[in-house]
Amino acid sequence: MPIPTPFHERTSALCVSLFWKDWSGYHAVRSYDTTHEREYFTLHHAAGLIDVSPLYKYEVTGPDAAAFLAYVTVKDIRRLKVGRVTYLCWCDDHGKVADDGTVSRLGQDRFRITAAEPAGAWLMQRAAGYRVQIVDVSASLAALSLQGPTSRAILKEITVGADLDALRYFGVTEASLAGIPVHISRTGYTGELGFEIWIPAQQALAAYDALMTAGQAHRIGPVGLDAMDMTRIEAGYIMNGVDYFSAHHCLLESRKSTPYELGLGRTVDLQREPFVGQEALKAEVASGSAWAIVGLVYDWDEFEALFAAVGLPPQVPAGAWRSPVPVYSEAGRQVGYATSGSWSPLLKKNLALASVRAAHAAPGTKLKIEVTVEFHRRLVTATVTKMPFYDPERKRR
Amino acid sequence: MSDAAARNGRPSRSSYDAVVVGGGHNGLACAAYLARAGRKVLVLERRHVLGGAAVSEELHPGFTFSVCSYVVSLLRPHIIRDLQLERHGLELIPLECSFLPLPDGRSLTRWSDPNRTRQEIARFSPRDAEVYPEFGLAMTRLARFAKQVIDEPAPDPASLDPRELFRLLRLGRAMKSFDAEMRYLNFKLMTMSAVDFLDQWFESDVLKGPMSVSGIIGTFLGVRSPGTAYVLLHHYMGEIDGAFRSWGFAKGGTGSVSNAIASAARSFGAEILTGAPVAHARIASGRTNGVVLENGDEIGAKVVVSGLDPHRTFLSLVGAQHLDADFLAGIRRFKMRGSSGKVNLAVDRLPSFTSRPGDGPHLQGDIAIAPGVDYLERAYDDAKYGDFSRRPYLNVVIPSTVDPSVAPPGKHIVSCFVQYAPYDIKEGASNWPARREAFGDAVVDTLAEYCPGLKESILYRQVLTPWDLEREFGLTEGNIFHGELSLEQLLFLRPAAGWARYRTPIDRLWICASGTHPGGGIMAAPGEIASRLLLKSGQV
Repeated sequence: MPIPTPFHERTSALCVSLFWKDWSGYHAVRSYDTTHEREYFTLHHAAGLIDVSPLYKYEVTGPDAAAFLAYVTVKDIRRLKVGRVTYLCWCDDHGKVADDGTVSRLGQDRFRITAAEPAGAWLMQRAAGYRVQIVDVSASLAALSLQGPTSRAILKEITVGADLDALRYFGVTEASLAGIPVHISRTGYTGELGFEIWIPAQQALAAYDALMTAGQAHRIGPVGLDAMDMTRIEAGYIMNGVDYFSAHHCLLESRKSTPYELGLGRTVDLQREPFVGQEALKAEVASGSAWAIVGLVYDWDEFEALFAAVGLPPQVPAGAWRSPVPVYSEAGRQVGYATSGSWSPLLKKNLALASVRAAHAAPGTKLKIEVTVEFHRRLVTATVTKMPFYDPERKRR
Repeated sequence: MSDAAARNGRPSRSSYDAVVVGGGHNGLACAAYLARAGRKVLVLERRHVLGGAAVSEELHPGFTFSVCSYVVSLLRPHIIRDLQLERHGLELIPLECSFLPLPDGRSLTRWSDPNRTRQEIARFSPRDAEVYPEFGLAMTRLARFAKQVIDEPAPDPASLDPRELFRLLRLGRAMKSFDAEMRYLNFKLMTMSAVDFLDQWFESDVLKGPMSVSGIIGTFLGVRSPGTAYVLLHHYMGEIDGAFRSWGFAKGGTGSVSNAIASAARSFGAEILTGAPVAHARIASGRTNGVVLENGDEIGAKVVVSGLDPHRTFLSLVGAQHLDADFLAGIRRFKMRGSSGKVNLAVDRLPSFTSRPGDGPHLQGDIAIAPGVDYLERAYDDAKYGDFSRRPYLNVVIPSTVDPSVAPPGKHIVSCFVQYAPYDIKEGASNWPARREAFGDAVVDTLAEYCPGLKESILYRQVLTPWDLEREFGLTEGNIFHGELSLEQLLFLRPAAGWARYRTPIDRLWICASGTHPGGGIMAAPGEIASRLLLKSGQV
């Protein structure tokens, strides 16, 4: 039975649709309204407030904190500057990805790592010999994601002690939000200009109210996970448990993935002191990766024609989907599978994330993806496309 | 280069493959496709800003208005993809719902959620609530048929060209998918009034009022005038994401549509000049070879493409002396007859309706002041005898509720489309300036009856009468569609029988805007189809 997040009192009052899901054991809103459509547009045109408290969060402190995180993750965290956040993944000893998340350097010896799955025990097991303390703050630290073009204007109205105009993409700062001590990071899972606000759980409701009140003039709206799921696909962000599976849970070796196969190669600092999975990753770089996650864009004319053939207007999925479908080469051989996808109302394109054999991963490659048209399986051309699909300038500017 | 040209305000060449006169969305779309095909293209816009009637302007500090057209629906999705308009800044936001406040304090809101809509309608008529989806299904079936028509050049029934016959045959085959009932319905749609047509399904006046107005938008007809049923369908063809009957805002106003198309055109190498009014086309022996600007500059062109309406194209750009009498008479008879105006308000707070006070999603769609069929017919009565409606039909949107970029925080834009405002008022069209503010007052008074506090909240008001639309935006007689969307002015009859293929009696002069098939409504289809036929013609 899921439990409430620190914002539940507010979110449950707003969630007139009663449309919830279980996110890591918490009640999480899928959409506040009967459909998520308005929330999707709120993210792109105003600002959406998303309760992301169910994320797993750990604080890692101590003189060896940087060295420790450099050891357990694929990135040389020692080079991360105070006030910066980085996105990365961590692997098992065989270089297979266990999870992905962000690491914020809050001080010289103070870090916070977010994870999709519990990681505390795994981290602690590897901490022997390091002067670090690892504290699970998942429950004590509430988190809100404020995403969209007006997010900065809203935060500026109620924040003191931080220059949010100067806070760069993937920066993090301490601040006082309506008198509440918080961390604000310029991060998110939407591909929009946006921020995540890390709030002591006891003061969660006060922070929520302050944001909603200040946000009114900027057309803030509560946003659920369904709308966020569409934007994360537009942004090309992969999801643990959907687009790949944590090596910790896989029964089959073939289900596991390496960072390179997930497109996370850029997060790997390979040539340095030993880190977990390093040897295997070196070997992979030498021999090449077997798989790759790619972005696919469906050919619209073909898609439309398939529906026209049965007398229907083209039917695009109402929201993001995550039930895998096979992907074929042009020659008709299965070369992979799409793991999630969405119609993008903004781009007017049908998008998917897919794992394909490396030989078929070059941008521009034409593949075939299965679609169901009036209960019949059909194939439609889909082109491998560089991600992100949508990358507005305001995200980084 | 195009940027250099824009900076200097001068074209970079003395001669082009194509010169497009008028930088509205259709002229720009035509230019974009021609440039994409590698042609040297120059667009000349008279005003300081692009877009024609699809234009955004900051008329009051911090407030960006969609000055004329204000919602987007028919913009062809293949054009969005072909020109990659999203890369050039186009973002569409669907309208949430259709809200009808009533004078007695009740209201009817039609949502995209069918169950919610059924509950709303049932408060007025349980029977209508159940029939409503049936109506939607029938209209969608008809619209699907019509959609095949709007994405192609109009078939010409008078032609014996086998390709034409094939085209007709194909339409006939599409028609064959209809059962007898649907075929009859199609003919009824072509001949009936909007109200009579709706009477076949509905009993509630509260429902029929706002539904029938789709049949009169931009026409000088009443909801009980025969022929208006077809225009209902025109408004049902709007599609977003393959779903019929949805309307949306363009982020930053409808000018964003034009600007995105312009940006795409530039990326293909087209040059676009604003503040460059064209005096006339250069014509010799029935053939054009360029244009003369008002400043006397001449620009050569293999073809001249007019993005102006048919009247201005033939009576001003070409000139009557170059045209034969029959054709000219046909163009003069082509009904412009503007019947609507626009009142744009900047307000310091969100309007609150008596029937549904406060903020809410009902303000994020369109708001109709159309309380019943008689109200609408009475509004037409005023217009029939040369006056604006004292209590007009209003279609109101508050785009700042979903797109805060168009107004300062906490402040809003209220855009009111107003019908009727006949071009020919009884004092004479040129006396519109003297009546303009009275017209604006009638609109604000009407809305304020449903929305107390509105008047006090107004920071700025712009009133556009049909006369203003003609003078400022070049819409003859203020007609928002470059000519009424009545049946006798559609398809192969638009703008004149035998001239529905974007060519004109002047050799090398083409026409590409809403006065051609398939018509107005920010579709950009005329511009795109014209470019297709122009490229095929071998003239450029």
